Amino acid sequence: MLKIKNLSVKTNNIEILNNLNLHIKAGEIHVIMGTNGSGKSTLAKTIVGHPQFKASKGEILFEGQNILKLAPDKRARLGIFLSFQYPTEIPGVNNASFLRMAYNTHQKSQGHPALDPLEFEDLLQNKLKIANISEKYLDRAVNAGFSGGEKKKNEILQMAVLEPKLAILDEIDSGLDIDALKSVANSVNSLKNKNNAIILITHYQRILNYIKPDYVHVIHKGQIIKSGDKTLAHKLEKKGYEWLITNP
Amino acid sequence: MKKQNIKNIANQKYKFGFKTDIESYIFKKGLNEKIITQISKNKNEPPYMLEFRLKAFKHWLTMPEPRWSCTTYPEIDFQDIHYYSAPKTNPKKENLNKIDPKLKKTYDKLGIPLLEQKKLEGIAVDAIFDSVSVATTYKAQLMEYGVIFCPISEAIQKYPDLIKKYLGAIVPYTDNFYAALNAAVFTDGSFVYIPENTICPMDLSSYFRINTEKTGQFERTLIICEKNSQVNYLEGCTAPKFDTNQLHAATVELVALDNASIKYSTVQNWFAGDPETGKGGIYNFVTKRGLCQGKKSKISWTQVETGSAITWKYPSCILKGDDSIGEFYSVALTNHHQQADTGTKMIHLGKNTKSTIISKGISVGKAVNAYRGEVKISKAATNARNYTQCDSMLMGDQCDAYTFPIIEVNNASATVEHEATTSKISEDQLFYFQQRGIDTEQAVSAIINGFCEEVFKKLPPEFSVEATKLLGLKLENSVG
Repeated sequence: MLKIKNLSVKTNNIEILNNLNLHIKAGEIHVIMGTNGSGKSTLAKTIVGHPQFKASKGEILFEGQNILKLAPDKRARLGIFLSFQYPTEIPGVNNASFLRMAYNTHQKSQGHPALDPLEFEDLLQNKLKIANISEKYLDRAVNAGFSGGEKKKNEILQMAVLEPKLAILDEIDSGLDIDALKSVANSVNSLKNKNNAIILITHYQRILNYIKPDYVHVIHKGQIIKSGDKTLAHKLEKKGYEWLITNP
Repeated sequence: MKKQNIKNIANQKYKFGFKTDIESYIFKKGLNEKIITQISKNKNEPPYMLEFRLKAFKHWLTMPEPRWSCTTYPEIDFQDIHYYSAPKTNPKKENLNKIDPKLKKTYDKLGIPLLEQKKLEGIAVDAIFDSVSVATTYKAQLMEYGVIFCPISEAIQKYPDLIKKYLGAIVPYTDNFYAALNAAVFTDGSFVYIPENTICPMDLSSYFRINTEKTGQFERTLIICEKNSQVNYLEGCTAPKFDTNQLHAATVELVALDNASIKYSTVQNWFAGDPETGKGGIYNFVTKRGLCQGKKSKISWTQVETGSAITWKYPSCILKGDDSIGEFYSVALTNHHQQADTGTKMIHLGKNTKSTIISKGISVGKAVNAYRGEVKISKAATNARNYTQCDSMLMGDQCDAYTFPIIEVNNASATVEHEATTSKISEDQLFYFQQRGIDTEQAVSAIINGFCEEVFKKLPPEFSVEATKLLGLKLENSVG
């Protein structure tokens, strides 16, 4: 589904990703781990087309199509979703309306009919259950005044509504207490199926107790230095990044 | 109003820029006593009205043209304007089926229902074309409730007592330069009278359309609400695209007696001038004032100003009656070369009076947007309360936003609150929308609508839909 070939990415003329390669198939969960500044978030933002990051070399093929030239909203409509590390607050814009706008935009691009507010509300009820988030968050402005955990759950709610083919979860575990973490992991697992794929970006092993990865990749200085399965994550937890960097 | 899908709207420019090809009777340009006398004659006005006009004109001649606003524009040659233009087919007919088809077509194109059979939403409409009212719907039905809704030209003939009592009482011709000019040459507008203990059974609206080039429009509206009565009034306006500027100097007076309530909403979409060059466009210089005469009376101004080359107006409330309430909700959008200097005055005179001001200014392109507000608490105004919130949003790096709040408190028991914010649409917010598949235009529209929500909520539903669409249209192509 996703083929990243020899990708190099700069920002402010500083190279952050350096000849990165990654291959993800439908039905897989890939975990990306690394220290701060290793390039994890940059990778996520480059895939979704954040204007701050420019690919100086390489290509990203999504279902065979090089998406590097596509605008972010176009990429999103192809079925790529990013759960932001720090979701932005949008005062004045109602959460339910925002969800419906996003949903209908995706529907339209696939030639399906748009839903009116009442029809959408029916659909939302089910999604609220999956995301394990209270209905009262629908009446509020997008992320405005939400706690860290609530913001992450709101990202999961959006994922549940949009049902992306590729979901990139950027540190979805950061700032969550154990209950919230379990809830989020549960939601992700229930949304996972054999036709979609997930890239899970994290520092810590903990979430992997609840979400079973197919592959674990360690990123360092903009390159993937080691790939393995779940046991790699355990090793990291025990021995630390420093050890792995010197013992690839 | 017509519903259109977003795509159609986004692909249109100022769609009201067309001109109706209709024979009109136009006075030659210039302003003098002879012209004023002729205007009065054309309208069959009784002598008291001509006297009113001439007095105002004499005073106007002694006044210097005001130039203190934040806006800049070339000198206005007051002799280079036609002060009267009316369609030749004398359209004022009681039977609306006999309206000149060209005129009817114009209003159809604008989405204004003139024929009662085709009514949408049951709103009574007074349609003003250049200097005359061409149709007023539902007059007879409203009369059954004792509600008078007719052009002011008609009220001057039929209800002289009311006119003599109130016309110019709230905005005297001495008030300012344009008020004096308007008092001298006012053309037409609406007259509304709601008798005691009556809630007006339908919303009333006026629709102003300027058609003839180089014609000034000097609309005059007077709304009177007796004890315990209520009315909702909507004002809409458009004009064709001409290269030259046109002057719209209106005066609106409202008076609410004991326990009465007037809600006055405006969605203004005058031609704003050429987006590239700034040429043309309407000068919208307006004096609007509401007098809360009675105890517990309430006057509410809601405006969405998106058009005009220059908007210069301060809809105000004089809170004379004890426990009276004044409200001002405004969204002023300026784009390309537009300029706005707008705001309100809340004058607290009675006891326990309350005023609320919520002003949202959006400045885009090379535009200038100024909020000017005055909150005055007089010595006798015990226990007065005011809340003002004044927010500016800037889009792009060539636009300007200014705020001039003036607060004058002469009574120590007053509570006055003022909050102000200045913001930009953040890149992060835009990207969040984009990552959810929503394009930039829609994202900006959603964010701006969120910004204006508090004000849009105050508009009657049919206007609120129109205002949202209008804002989207005006912001088109402005991001980048």
